[in-house]
Order: sequence, then C-alpha cells, then structure tokens
Amino acid sequence: MADKHNAETIITETQKRISSAFEVFDHESNKTVDVREIGTIIRSLGCFPSEADLHDIIAELEEEEPTGFVRYEKFLPTMTKILLERKFRPITEDLLLQAFEVLDQQKKGHLEPEELTRYLTQEGEPFTQEEMDEMLSAAVDPDKNVILYKDFVSMMTFDDTR
Amino acid sequence: MKAAVLIQRWYRQYAARMEMRRRYTWNIFQSMEYADLQDQIKLYNFLGYLMDNFTPSSSERNLISHIFRDNEVCRDAEWERYFNYTNIDVPEIYSGPRLTFPLDMDQAADLVEAFKNKQQLHSRYVLQLLLETWKLLRVLPNINRVSTCHSKEITICGDLHGQLEDLLLIFYKNGMPSLEKPYVFNGDYVDRGKDSIEILLILFAFLLVFPGDVYLNRGNHEDHIINLRRRSLESKRYGFTKEVLNKYKLHGKRILKLLQKIFSWLPLVTVIDQRVLIVHGGISDTTDLALIARIDRHRYVSALRPPKRKTPSRTNVYADSERYDEMIICKNRRGSLTFPKPFGARESFQRRSLQDFSSTVARTLEEEFEVRRRQAEFSMSRFSKSHRSLSSTLSSDSEPESSELIDTGNDEWKQILDLLWSDPMPQDGCIPNEVRGGGCYWGPDVTEDFLNRHNLQLIIRSHECKQDGYEFCHNRKVLTLFSASNYYEVGSNRGAFVRLGPDLVPYFFPYQATSMTRGLSFPQNVKRTEHTALKVLREQLFVHKSDLLRAFQEIDKENTGLICLNDWASAIERVLHLDLPWRVLHPQLVSSTTEGKLDYQGWFRDLALKKPSSEHIEQTMLETLYRHRSTLETIFRIVDTDNSGLITFEDFRQTLKLLSAYLKKEISDEVINELVISTDTNNDGSIDIDEFMEAFRLVDKSRLKRGKSLLKLMQDNESLPQVTETPQIVYSTAPQTSHCPASQPADPPASNTTDSACLQTANTPASQTADSPGSLTEGCPASQMEDLCHITVVVVPPQ
Repeated sequence: MADKHNAETIITETQKRISSAFEVFDHESNKTVDVREIGTIIRSLGCFPSEADLHDIIAELEEEEPTGFVRYEKFLPTMTKILLERKFRPITEDLLLQAFEVLDQQKKGHLEPEELTRYLTQEGEPFTQEEMDEMLSAAVDPDKNVILYKDFVSMMTFDDTR
Repeated sequence: MKAAVLIQRWYRQYAARMEMRRRYTWNIFQSMEYADLQDQIKLYNFLGYLMDNFTPSSSERNLISHIFRDNEVCRDAEWERYFNYTNIDVPEIYSGPRLTFPLDMDQAADLVEAFKNKQQLHSRYVLQLLLETWKLLRVLPNINRVSTCHSKEITICGDLHGQLEDLLLIFYKNGMPSLEKPYVFNGDYVDRGKDSIEILLILFAFLLVFPGDVYLNRGNHEDHIINLRRRSLESKRYGFTKEVLNKYKLHGKRILKLLQKIFSWLPLVTVIDQRVLIVHGGISDTTDLALIARIDRHRYVSALRPPKRKTPSRTNVYADSERYDEMIICKNRRGSLTFPKPFGARESFQRRSLQDFSSTVARTLEEEFEVRRRQAEFSMSRFSKSHRSLSSTLSSDSEPESSELIDTGNDEWKQILDLLWSDPMPQDGCIPNEVRGGGCYWGPDVTEDFLNRHNLQLIIRSHECKQDGYEFCHNRKVLTLFSASNYYEVGSNRGAFVRLGPDLVPYFFPYQATSMTRGLSFPQNVKRTEHTALKVLREQLFVHKSDLLRAFQEIDKENTGLICLNDWASAIERVLHLDLPWRVLHPQLVSSTTEGKLDYQGWFRDLALKKPSSEHIEQTMLETLYRHRSTLETIFRIVDTDNSGLITFEDFRQTLKLLSAYLKKEISDEVINELVISTDTNNDGSIDIDEFMEAFRLVDKSRLKRGKSLLKLMQDNESLPQVTETPQIVYSTAPQTSHCPASQPADPPASNTTDSACLQTANTPASQTADSPGSLTEGCPASQMEDLCHITVVVVPPQ
C-alpha cells in the first residue's frame, strides 16, 4: 500500500512507539515520568546517546523550575526529532569488537576483569560500581575468569537481533 | 579513551533495554495477577451458581452434594475427639523434632532448624501444636494491641506465601522472635510457595512460646477455599490444601479441618502504640475499629462463603434428608462420592450416616433447626431458612442471635472483607474492588479521614507485591509491605521487613532470597522472569483467539492475511483490555514479520494447546474450557477426596455438564468424549487430573523454530552436545523444583543482587544480599546456557 511510505504514517508509528515506551515508566498514569528514567526510555527506543548527550537532552526537557519529572508533552516532540533524525546511531558489532581489541593492548584475545574494570570505571564516562558488577556478571567466563570479548560481543549482539 | 566511551555507551544502552524488559515484565505480572483474581471470582460465581440452583431432582445432585460435603454435624466434644492426636504413634525411626508441651524457646528454634534441614514434623505433633494454637487464638481479641515500651523495636513482616527461604532469611538478618524481639506477621502465610505448613508451624510455635510478643494477623489467604486453588501462573505447584494432603497423607484432612478453624480465629488487625494500624488488606470508608472489636470473627470462615442472607432459599426440608439418602447410596462409588473418613473407618462412618439419617427423622423441630443451621453455616450458607433462632457456632461460647442480627451479619462481613481484601488507589474516593471480588479500592481522602477518626498516624498493610518489597502511598500515610521475594518468578522482586521503634519511624530491610538467583547474571535474571511473564501473556492471547481473529479480519478487509504492527497492537488492546505496552512487547510475541506486517493466521496456528486440537473440538469451545480451566481443576480436586489424582469419568462428565449449564454453553457428550480421548487418559474409566490439565498447556510452535536455530548456534560453538533426535521443544517451564539434578551452577559472581540504592530510610543492615547460610538450594538453578536459550529443558519425543 502506497500509504505505508507516507511520511505522516512514519511519524505516527514513531510517536506510538515513543508513547508506548513512555507508558511503561509512567507509574501514576499521569503522563509524567521520573527524570532519572529518561535515559532508559531513550535508549530502549534504540538510541545510543552518551551520558553527556543525555545531560543536554534532560536539560531541554526539564521545567524552568525542575520538578524531578518530565511531562509527555515535552518529551514527545524532542524524542520524535531524535528518532527521525536518527541521532545517536547504534554501535555495530564490528565497532564494539574493535573497541575491545584496542583495550587489549597485549593482544591476548581476552581481558582480565581487573583490567576491564580499571578502564571502564576510570576512563571515558566511568561506570558506577553497580554497572561494572552487572557487566562483569555477564561477561566473565566462569571457568577461566577472564573476559573472552569476542564471544561476549557475539553473544550479546545475537541476543538483540530480534 | 574513545574505546572506553564506546563500550560504556553500548553497555548502557543494553542495560536500558534490559531495564525496559524488566519493567514491562513486571507490568505483565501485575496484569496477570488481575487475571488470576478473575479466576478466583469465576470459581466463586460458579460455586454460588451451584448452591443457588441445587435442586433435589437434578441429576447432578450427587456431585453437588459431594462438593458441599463438609457438613460438620458435631459438637465440641466431638471436635476434641476428631482432632485427637494421642493415639497417633510416632515411630522410632522418626528423626524430626519431638515436641513436648508447653513449648519453650529451644524447641521453637529446633523446629526452625529442622525445617531448614528439610525435615517434616510428624502429624501427631502437628495436630498437637495446632490444637494448642487454637486454644490460644480463641482467647485473643480481634484487635491485637502492642506497645513499644522502653526501647523495644517491633519487626513487621508482610506476605510470606509459603516461601520458607524468605522467613529464614528474615530470621537470619533480624533474629528470631523473643521477649526482646517482638514480631507482627501480617497474613498470607500460605499458598503459592511450597512450604506453607512449615511457615505456619514456625509462626504458631513462636506464638505459643511468646504470646505477648508475637502477633499474627489474618490474611485473605487464610481461607480454606482460597487454599484449594492451584497456584496461579501455570506452575505445577498447588495451593496449600494440596501441599498438606501431599505431605500428610494419613492425617492431612484433619489437619486442614483444624486449620480451617484456626484461620477463622486469627486476629484481624494489630495496633501499635495506638498510633499505627497493621492490617493485611486495608480499609474502606466504612471501616470502624470499634465495630471490628466487637465482631465474632470466627464466624467468617471463608470469603467465598458469605453468611446467610435473610431471604429463605428454595430448598426445603426434603433436600437434606434426600442428601442423607444419597450419602448412603453412594457408598460403593469409587473414591469420589463416598464420604471421606473424618470420623473413622469407612464402614463405621456409613453406619454413622445411617444413624444420622434415622436420627434426623427422630429429631425435634429445634434440633432440626440446629442441625440445619450448622450445615448451612459451614457449607450451604446460602440455603437459609427463615429460622427464628440461631446460635453463632459450634463453640461453647455461642449465644443465640435474633434474626435482626443476620443483617448485621452482612455489615460485619463487609467489615472483614474490607480489612482483608482492599487495595489503595491514587484517586480520592472508595469503590468496590471488582478486580479481587471483595473489599474495595480506597483513596487518600479515606486514609486521611480514617486516621483522624481513630487518632492514628500510619497504616501498614500488605496484600500487594512490590518490586522493592515495600512502597509508600497516600502521602506516606500508607505503607505496603511484602515479604515474599521472587514472588512471580526468580528475580521478579525483593521482599522486605520493617522495624518500628518508639519513634514509630519505619526502617526498611529489603532482601532477595538468593538460592535461586545464584549463578545467574543480571540479564539472565531478566530473561527468566520475562520468559514466565510472556508465557502467561500468551495464555491470555489464546483465550481470546477467536475474538482476536475476528478483530484482525475486520481490519484486514482485503483478506490479505497480513496486518501491520499498529493495527495488531490496537486490536489486542481492544480485545484484551490489558493495559500493557503492546508495541514494546511485540518482538517478544511475534517471531517474524514480512515487510513489517504479520501473518496473523500463521501466528495463531502457532498459538495452540498441547493436546486438544481444534480439529476435533471447536476453537471457541477450547477457549472456553481453557478460560475456566482453573475452576474445573479446583472442582476436580474437591471431588477427588482420597487424593488419588484420579476422578471417575462420570464425575468428570458431570462437572463439565455443570459448567456447561452455568455458562449457558452447550458442552456436548461428543466434546466430553473427545476431551477424554485426546488427553490420553487411562482406559479404566478414570481420568488423571494432572494429565488432563497438562494437556491444556499452551504450546508455542514458533519458539520451536527459534529454539532450533539457537540450539544450532550453540552446537556450532561446541557448547552443547549434538542432539540426535528431532526435539519437540515444548514451551513450558521445566519443573524447576527440587527434582532437578543438582547441576553445579557457575561460581556465583561477586554480588549478584546488589541493592545498594534500595534503602531509602536510614539503617543499613549488615548485608542485604546475604547468602543466608540457611538458604536452601531447593530451586534448581538452571544452567547458564539454558537461560540464554529462553527455553527450559523439557524435550518430549515427537508425537
């Protein structure tokens, strides 16, 4: 059907997706979500913003006098724009693998948990201890106690292709 | 470093998606809780229908009279005899605790230890313990009054639901009840978890040892009819009744009878320092503590059996004497319709019932009324006759009531229902709780008013599962406290307990029983929970298959067989009325789309029952039966008195006919026969209940394909041995219970269940992720691979 390719339809579909994701966190069903959940919502819609990106977005979304909540009326246009402009593109499997290889300076083919922890909790946009622990619990090979990053990457990305 | 940023960005996105899934999974569970409650209401309505339509001449009277067989025509002395335990011998080889009464602290602690080690208390001691408990409860008031004098802190626990690990974890973190450590337990001790009886025995033991420091409130699950139902969410675990009958094959029924009385004698609420109310469900705009203090609480045995109404029903004298007739005639029928053996050996019972019959005839009018009233009270509560005099119960402290009190009976009834069944809502007002079928939804204004009227400052209640174990609402004037962690599924939620000191400021202690989560990473946890939630969601889809198909066809006017995502989502919303994020969920429910459209016929083909197929039985009939399977199963189990797991074909047939009449939908004999054939039951005229219910499980064939490709992937990675035969992977939960081989899970990672951010109020307890030393490895931790697969291990040979 020719309609399907109509820009309007695309926008409507996009907005419905946004509204669905928003709903999940709208606990009191009053079209607001806690500002701390904005990052989760944006990411769950397929975007890969950095923490800095998020700060900017949130600054835009907050009220003049911050209430700690973000209203749907403000969120919708901002998010629609983000999705339609395809900002914050996904990180491909290859790119991710390369990143791990860069960290693996000795080209061992794996990383020690302490190594990875050091990088991720001290460099870039550091992880919290909780984030680090969570990632390790999924990434560390239980028998060898190292991170076989190649396997890890393919496992995680397979998971998500649905 | 750029590489680090990249990885962090990527991982955070992944974690966010996990979080989203965790959230909507939670929403699904909450919705399914709603659906389960609807099942409960269906049962209630069905039983009500049976009672209202009981006519002596109907051919189903055997079955009906049997369903309501718990007539207890006996007085106090007979109760004592009935519950007599002294002639139960305890064999030498019994290695469990041997209790001596009065109990002391050490014995209570030993009992906890014994249960931790998976021992079972001998039925003799169970009965003895229960009897002592009954005696104590009878002298307790409806309202427990507690004070935090000096520096005593009071610990309060919410729903436990038979999850012994949680109780053990609480005791481990907080210490066991004692003079210095008073506890209040807020109901719902039983059902769903598999150690309900052990929890009760522990709580009762401590109650007996420290009657001034242990307080028990009644919950809505302290109710024998609720206990009959199977645990919800398609699991193979049964309600409390089944648990007791399985663990105590010889004396289980007596134990249950005694518990029935004990439940009705549990106090209704607890008040601390006259400032804090602790109640299981909540309040309504008519809740009046003064009135509640005066009620005869033990008259309200079950929520599903309201007290007699004033209007006489159409049954008459003949009904009862004919029933006695039936009882005698039925004595030869296998298992089902003969009376159970509460009063001794079968023969002596039959003699007894003959006696009853003849004595019925000989009875005077007054005696006749007495007997009827008691029967009515306990089973045929809607069969009221216009008695002029009533007495309250069998217990010796009863008083005659005048008929005008019957109406008060209904008010009192409502008061109790409200206390045990209500839920808070964000909006002002007070409306009947139609989701649960009892109690109401009450708003912040009602809370405000209630607290002012009674000079209270806080309501602590339970009844609803909360992700972090507790949650405030109504301007922090109402606190919901839930103590059963992993309630819906492993990893679904934490439990919590609360401590109140003289300042009456609550300090929270969340926890999560880790025995089942050990070895699972965070994403695996999420997936496992999601797995269950989605399974449950599929059930709902199946139940409405015909309606959905119709809706899709209406949209797809050109009959292409395809439907776009948006339309799919809106159709489902319309038909199911479940407030869920369908668009977000769609990837989980729909395995493949062509050009963004779904082939809905194919999708439906994949959504089918395990055995009865729509080739032999019409689709809508299948849906109807599936929708009411919970009710059917409950009735089957009521009928299966000797707990053999089998019922006669005749009983099966009659049950279905009754359902048919109730639903006003014909269930023909052909359908019934077809059901029997397709569920592969034995050919000796009996039907295996488990087998039958198993056949009604939902299968998702599309998972087969995905499963196969995943299996292949893993085989390629040489992680799994090659599977030689073509597996038919059934999308159902493997029995993840203690029967699992103790497969060694991965070394538990550093700390799985970090809940660093969870404590909102002060007081960090020692360690929240305590691997409780008592923590039982009952749950079988599935292997890591398994969870990645979304498929649990049931592989059945192709049909």
